[in-house]
Amino acid sequence: MRITELFEKGEFVVTAEVGPPKGVEIDHLIKDAHEFLKTRVHALNVTDNQSSVMRTGSLATCKVLKDEGLLPIFQITCRDRNRIALQSDVLSAALLGIENLLLLTGDYTTLGDHPQAKPVFDLDSVSLIHAVKCLEQGFDLAGNAVDGKPPKFAKGAVVSPCSDSVDVQLAKMEAKVKAGCEYFQTQGVFEPDKFMEFMEKAKQFGVPVQLGLIIPKNVGMCRYMNGNVAGVHVPDDMIEELKADKEKTKAGDTGVEICARLIKECKDYCQGIHIMSLGWENRIPEILDMAGIAPVAK
Amino acid sequence: MLITQLKSKETIESLAEGKIVIINCHGCKEVYFAEHEADELQKELSASKEVTKIITTDYICNPDNLKLQLKKHMDVINAADTILVFSCGVGIQTVADQFQEKRVYSCCDTYKLPGFQGVTALNVDCGQCGECYLNGTGGICPITACSKSLINGQCGGAKNGMCEVDKDMECGWERIYRKLEKMNKLENMKYDAPKVRNFGISKEK
Repeated sequence: MRITELFEKGEFVVTAEVGPPKGVEIDHLIKDAHEFLKTRVHALNVTDNQSSVMRTGSLATCKVLKDEGLLPIFQITCRDRNRIALQSDVLSAALLGIENLLLLTGDYTTLGDHPQAKPVFDLDSVSLIHAVKCLEQGFDLAGNAVDGKPPKFAKGAVVSPCSDSVDVQLAKMEAKVKAGCEYFQTQGVFEPDKFMEFMEKAKQFGVPVQLGLIIPKNVGMCRYMNGNVAGVHVPDDMIEELKADKEKTKAGDTGVEICARLIKECKDYCQGIHIMSLGWENRIPEILDMAGIAPVAK
Repeated sequence: MLITQLKSKETIESLAEGKIVIINCHGCKEVYFAEHEADELQKELSASKEVTKIITTDYICNPDNLKLQLKKHMDVINAADTILVFSCGVGIQTVADQFQEKRVYSCCDTYKLPGFQGVTALNVDCGQCGECYLNGTGGICPITACSKSLINGQCGGAKNGMCEVDKDMECGWERIYRKLEKMNKLENMKYDAPKVRNFGISKEK
């Protein structure tokens, strides 16, 4: 199933992110997905060598999750593959019955664990969306006909609503929509006002947007994100809130509460949520309960 | 423009076997050569190895010029076991081609530097992509001003206007957007067909 069908039905679409391991032991990921996510999220994003750190592939992990009865979203970045490999992997996804894509430019190579690697960036997020759209129309990026029935995907992309240069981000968002993007997941949001202001400007594009959420685990993590993670800013009062009750924060409860509150404040302004739990998948059901998001109908 | 950096002393010593002739290539406007460091290293090498000749000349990348410049040194070159070349990557290849039977070794690593002929500003660069984008980007090159050479706008990696790859580098697309804003040409950011690079015509490696 394509998640665009859910948006079309007016569903509030809930997705979460899982990262393949560095290695092939994937049982833990599957167990967590069944235990905490299966009845709570519509689909699961599978990251593509996230943060430029080499891991097991997104496509293979998507296939494993699909075989487990979950709905995977294949994340594809332009960092490690040229247009031949990218299009080939998109067709491979169709062959494996994976119909949801999230198309990204990707972090730079030097940020990860193989800083000596050659960065590719033959295409970027916009031209990758365009390439997928071409394949759906029966042609590859070079204009050659693709044999047989063309594949059909839900084509997603990302945007940073709380970027310090949100107008530049909106320009890129528009380019993505024009290229064929059908849904957006956002970078982690901690500032509801900025998000609402962004959505006010973004609604002209008529494309569903899922609010991105990162569970703030502790003060150190928030400070790190403020200094280093583009498009993410945790306001001072939220950092104070995490500082206030050390035991509660240590138990993860403060972060869970903040996340649920952000959902409640923003849910009327967006068409779904996307949770990047970074290993805290077990806390997702609690966040959703607290925010009043019902289990998904299967 | 190119810059040469000497390989480590240990590496160069390990290459220096038997009778050694050293060739330095100086004076080229396209290459910055580490003259002083090379001189120091060659003095040390002469003390510990059998260096029979140090030749300093220019434009060894040109085969005819190379032949002419080395003519008077041919006896000592013919008697040498190893030729150590201190030049850019083009120079060493010409020498290696000229002396098919000799062990010709490079003592430098060569890097690309922005600018041409040493007089151009170093803060702007041309990627020689063969499909110039500058008319649509306010005269700021997305190929060289963006770490990822993106041509369809800003990625999600800019923080406070700076690039995720190099925190001392401004985001190229932020600069392009602000420039177009000043020019009242933000419409350049709106286009129907995404741009796709043609690496078939580009000489970029």
